[in-house]
This record gives sequence, structure tokens and C-alpha cells, in this order.
Amino acid sequence: MTIGLLRRAFLLGAGLAAALSGAATAGEYSLTVDPVTVDTGAFTRTGIGYNGATPGPVLRFQEGEDVTIKVTNNLSEPTSIHWHGLILPFEQDGVPGISYDGIAPGETFTYRFPITQSGTYWFHSHSGFQEPDGAYGAIVIEPKKREPFRYDREYVIQLTDAHPHSGDRIMRNLKMMPDYYNRQQRTLFDFLKDSKEMGLDAALSERGAWGDMRMMPTDIEDLQGFTPLINGKSSAQNWTGLFTPGERVRLRFINSSAMTYFDIRIPGLKMTVVQADGNNVLPVPVDEFRIAVAETYDVLIQPKEDKPYAIFAESMGRTSSVRGTLATAEGMKGDIPDLRKPPLLTMADMGMAHEGMDHGSMNMSGDTHTMPDGSTMKGMDHSTMNMSGGTHKMPDGSTMKGMDHSTMNMGSSDPFYAPGSGLMPAAANGGKFLSYNDLRTQKPLYPHREATREIELRLTGNMERYMWSINGIKYADAEPIRLQYGERVRFKFVNETMMTHPMHLHGMWSILDTGKGKWNPVKHVVSVAPGTTLFMETEVDAPGQWAFHCHLSYHADSGMFRKVIVEGGPEGKAAALPVKTEG
Amino acid sequence: MFTRYAALSAFSVFILASPASAEQLFWGIQAEQLEWRSGEGSEALAWDADAFVGTDELKVVWRSEAEYATGPSSFETLENQLRLQVPVSTFFDAVAGVRYDSPDEGPHRTYGVLGLHGLAKQWFEVDADLYLSEYPSARFEVEYEGLITNHVTFTPSIELDIPLVDDEATSRGAFGPKLEIGGRLSYDLLDRAVAPYVGVHWERTFGESGRLVQAEGEDNDVVSLVVGFRVMF
Repeated sequence: MTIGLLRRAFLLGAGLAAALSGAATAGEYSLTVDPVTVDTGAFTRTGIGYNGATPGPVLRFQEGEDVTIKVTNNLSEPTSIHWHGLILPFEQDGVPGISYDGIAPGETFTYRFPITQSGTYWFHSHSGFQEPDGAYGAIVIEPKKREPFRYDREYVIQLTDAHPHSGDRIMRNLKMMPDYYNRQQRTLFDFLKDSKEMGLDAALSERGAWGDMRMMPTDIEDLQGFTPLINGKSSAQNWTGLFTPGERVRLRFINSSAMTYFDIRIPGLKMTVVQADGNNVLPVPVDEFRIAVAETYDVLIQPKEDKPYAIFAESMGRTSSVRGTLATAEGMKGDIPDLRKPPLLTMADMGMAHEGMDHGSMNMSGDTHTMPDGSTMKGMDHSTMNMSGGTHKMPDGSTMKGMDHSTMNMGSSDPFYAPGSGLMPAAANGGKFLSYNDLRTQKPLYPHREATREIELRLTGNMERYMWSINGIKYADAEPIRLQYGERVRFKFVNETMMTHPMHLHGMWSILDTGKGKWNPVKHVVSVAPGTTLFMETEVDAPGQWAFHCHLSYHADSGMFRKVIVEGGPEGKAAALPVKTEG
Repeated sequence: MFTRYAALSAFSVFILASPASAEQLFWGIQAEQLEWRSGEGSEALAWDADAFVGTDELKVVWRSEAEYATGPSSFETLENQLRLQVPVSTFFDAVAGVRYDSPDEGPHRTYGVLGLHGLAKQWFEVDADLYLSEYPSARFEVEYEGLITNHVTFTPSIELDIPLVDDEATSRGAFGPKLEIGGRLSYDLLDRAVAPYVGVHWERTFGESGRLVQAEGEDNDVVSLVVGFRVMF
């Protein structure tokens, strides 16, 4: 508490000094990595936190500041801190084995780097499963210049998926039995219900199609049984943020979950998305948005009534939810909406519709329809779809930018999901659900230019063995990806798995291709839905070696991970790069 | 026998500890059956359990199957296998190992094991093993976990054991198979760690083996009620 106050006072002073002199400021911060108790109300367990708590503190930096952060490891095991989304020298990036050796027990490591950006970010351990065990905190960076929007107050809303099992135990259980945590599998009763609705033959052939692949349409959340938290508090513990009616409030959403995507809404309020992954976007008013693991979204709201508003985050697989409250007085509670029906993956998510699928040849008018391979699709909400708009080919996600949505009445169409995907998001109130397609950067960070090279990364895995990889090769067996300083690389992600993967490149921006050219949004995590192809471009402007991985903790750990080496670069910058590295 | 075990263990330790692989080591214990069998005039404790340690590329599995009768207390069957498992396809592992049978009555036997273990289409868990020795045999096991609800599971299983030559000392005649069919209804009580169940277990020995079993004064067709726990940790 005292430390926090001191820091705040210091920051205020530093900010003032900067404002007066215009010179770069230098802030000193300290963090301790501590064993802590995680108490979700549903369960209590030991975990890892910062400065004695999980979530750790909100680190508030100023753009242009040179920060010095002393990190003391009070654990009995090595640790590390990665500054998620920050652009910094690679030795400061905090990935053991890539950036540095990590921080030994009892040791204090001093990070020093300039803050060259602004926005909402976060930090977390990059060692073992310390992050799922609680080692995460938020970063808020005040911009040098005035922001293109105004607000009266702000809150960080940091989401996570606290689990009663330790990360090591979870990994071991998943390796032993990949559906260990899946308690939403289809049962005999579901089969009887489907037989009644679609007929025995159809139900049998549908089950047969999935059984042939040995895959489960319910496999949306590998890890269930967690308690979602907002700023460390469960629904019952009810995190509360106060407001005065009529105020504009900025909410900085950060998904620090190990494995869980959330669909977020504030019943009764429109949210205006103004920032994604720390970079301002043209404002998009939405009713609901999905936040991938490790992403951040900043939204503005203006609650006008003197009543509690629920901030409601429902897991994508609908196994769990968390409610926080925006209130005009302590003790108020927003209403908790019911969980919506769990989605089911479809054959589209299996990549059946991946390449060159012609929708005109699909009869989407019947109650049930048969896929080209004879299997039937289930889990699509036909009532919200009217695909009568004619034939359109969708070879992959990137060519859909030209689609004329006005001819399609698809209440829940998002080109960043496979057409017919069971994961297609839809707002609870029938209104606007944010899509990647809506994101346009406020200010391009780089001049727009042709990519100099394309690198295809197939996201691959074997659910039954719980092995995850890139191009079929696990991290342990893979060569690093070598990039040349100065090139602009176009990454082509082809998701060949049934899971959604939030891909995170360290050290350099991920410019997500939404077909908006220079206005493409600039991110640090791009989520690749099953059965889709997604492109992102990176200006290779950061020498050194970096991590590049799926941000689902148990996918990254089991091999969906690469080391990226940026070769060349300005004198001095590249000098620190080891001459020879091992994969 | 023991030297063979020792050699095998040494070999696996060597592979797992080899510095070239940065593979992570996992382990687990699973008892599909750990039960009390109560049949026509016979009462027995029985188990069928696996313990493994290994990586994605190689697993060392200790498999133990036994039937311990309580009339006069004795192991009617006691099999221990040390199996090495290596992935050969998306869903299947090749198996190589040794099996040692040490029932209280009858001769002890040692076999080499060659087999396949994995998940067949439509979620059937399959083991197909060839046991090699002077008295070779083949065994085929299939199990299916049918979810009644997400916590109540009905698990039918079939095991067919076929001796390939006569082995009168163990009451087995060439191609006289022993068939075991079971159905177990379990409830996941503690996570997936402990799941109590009730069920039926039917054992029938056919052909020459059946006659040899009868000649011993035993029944070649036994239906038992079973009560037990599935254990996974």
C-alpha cells in the first residue's frame, strides 16, 4: 500500500517534471515475486503473485520514460517477467532461454528499457506455469500526447481463469487424458434428444462423422473447472468500480487467462471500443466483444442511470462466467445473466470448409443439411442465417473483405470464423458483436508497403495425445524462424486444428490483415479460429531473438512455440546477439 | 528373467535421460478395474492397472492384471508387463516389452510382448498384443466409455485371449480362447481420480482350453457381479 502510494506520488512528480521540462523521465519500480494464497471463494490454493498479491499491481508508466524495474524472486524456483506487448530490447523481454537466463531464487534482476508506446498492456511470468498460477499484473502507459477520446475515470478489468489444480498437474492430466477437464461432452441423453429432433439415422451419422475423426464437437475449452475472476474477484466476490451517472468511464480489459476466451458485455450499455492491444482504433460501438487470451481492449462507456451495471464475461465454451459491477455506491450488485447454451463445433471448424468451399452448392435452407462428405452439421443457428444472397466463394479469410454484407442477412457473420463455424459469435441482445473486421488503426505505425516475404505457419496438433505444434513440429524439435532486419514479413496462419489459437509474437508488432491496407489494426496477439487462414504482417525492426507462440499456456508448453531470430540490424543493436544459438 | 527386466529398465532410463531430448516427462496411474468379483462359488479381488512414465515420443508402462481368490487365498492369475510405447500413427502406439506371469499355482511364464495400443474410430480403446514364448498367445482388448451423463459412465469391455499352442500346465489348449466380457457403470466421485462402479463380468473358456479348465474341476463359464473403483491419478 505504502509502496503504491509512494510510487503514485513519485509518478505524479515525474509526470509533472516531464510536463515542465519536456525531457525524458526515469522511473524506478520494484516488484517482488511471492508465494501467495489464491482465494476465489470457490476454492483456496497457493499460487504466485507480485508484491504479495495476485493480480499484481497496475504498473503505470509514461510514454518516453526510461524505466528501471527491480524484480526480486522470493520463490524457491526460478522466475521471469515478460512485459507483454511492450517494444523493448530483446534482453529485457523476459523469456528464459531466449532473452536471458531468468531470475534465480533469491536473486534481484533489474530491467531497464525505454517506454516508446502508450496504452493498456500487462506483464506475466514466462516460466513454467507460474502465470496460470497467478503471476500476472497490468501495465497502463499514459501517452505523451492527448488521446483522441476523453473520459472521466478509468478502471483496469483484468480477467483470468483461476483453477484449483496447479499448472503442472493440469498439464500432466491433459497428457494422460486429453478430455480430463471436459465435462460438457455429449452424452446418451444428448443423443436421444438429437435422435428425436433430427431422426435416428441423422443422429447416428452425425455421431459417426465425429467418431471417425476421433474428435469432439464439445472440445472448445480444453480446461474447464476454473473460476473466472475480474481483478482477482469471482462473481460472488463482486469486483466493484464506482461511477457517477453521466460520467464517461474507460475500461481497460485485459485477458490474462491461461486458456479461456471471454465474451464480454455490460447489459444495458453500449461499449465503444477505442483501443485494441494498446493501439488506438477508430471507435466502434458494440454490444459485446470476444477477448482472446492475452489480448487487451479498451472501451468507453457512459452509464447514465443511478444503478448497478454488471460487467459480465462468459467463457467462450459457456462453462463459466464472472460478474463485476459498476456501481454508484459500494455494496451494489449487477444482475448476473444466465449462461448461454454451450456452442458445438461444426464440420466447418474441422477445416472441412477450409479451401475453396462454394456456398452456393450448399443447401442451407433445410432444417438439417448434409455436408459434402455426407455428415450432417449441427449447432448452427439457422434462424439467424439466411444465406440466400447467392453464390460466393470464400477460398480463405483474406479474400472475404469484398463481401457485400448488405446482401446477406447473417445476424452472426464474422469473416474471421469459418463459414458455418459453431464458434461464430453473436451478441446476447441481438446487437453488434465486435469483429476483427471492424478494427481500423487510428494511426498507422508504419508506412504501408508490400511484404517482402511470406512465411506459412500451419497451426497443428494432436488432441488425443495433447501435442501442439507449428507445421507439425514441436518447439523442442524445431529450428528457429530466421528473419532479416528491415524486411516486412507476411505470416500466413493456417489453423488445421479444432481449437482457437491466440498467436503472440514478442518484440515486434503484428499488423493484422483485415483488408484495410494502411488502416489494418496493429496488435500483439492475433486469434486464429479453427478452420480459417489468417494473415498478419510484421515490420522486422527489432534485432535479437524473440518468442513466438500460442498464448494458451498448455499449448505453448506442449510445443506450439517458436524462437524467432532477427538477423542483421544497425550496428550496436545487433552486437548483443549470440553468434550461435541452439533451437 | 530378472536380468531381462533390469536390461529393459536400464535401456528405458538411458533413453529418457538422454540429454539430446528436451522432452518433458509425464507420469500417471490408471486402474480401469480394481474390484471385488463375486461369482458362482468364487470370490476374488481383481485388478487391471497401468502406470506410465515417459514423453510424447516414448512411454514406459507397467501393466498389472491379477485375480486374487479368497477361498483358499491365492493369486489365480498374476501378470506383470513392462511395456515400451512409441507412437506410430496419429492414434496408435507400437508396444514392445516383457510379460511375466506368476500365479500361485501352476508354472511361471515369461513372454516377449509385441503389440499395438490406441484409439480406433468411434472411440474404441484397443489393445492388440502378441505374447511370444515357447507358449505364444494373442490377446485383443476393446473398451468403450459410454457417457450416460458427464459423470456417469457405462464401460463395456471385451477381452479375447487366444493360446496359439497347447500349454496343459496352464490349462490352455491351442486356439481355445478365453473370452471376458464386462459392463461397468461408474460415477466420477472425486474429479476423475476415484470413480466407484458396479457391473457384471463374464468369463468363458472355449474349446480345448475349456475342457482343460473343467478337467481341473473348475467352471469354464463364470458370471460375476463386480463392485470396485476406477482410479486415475
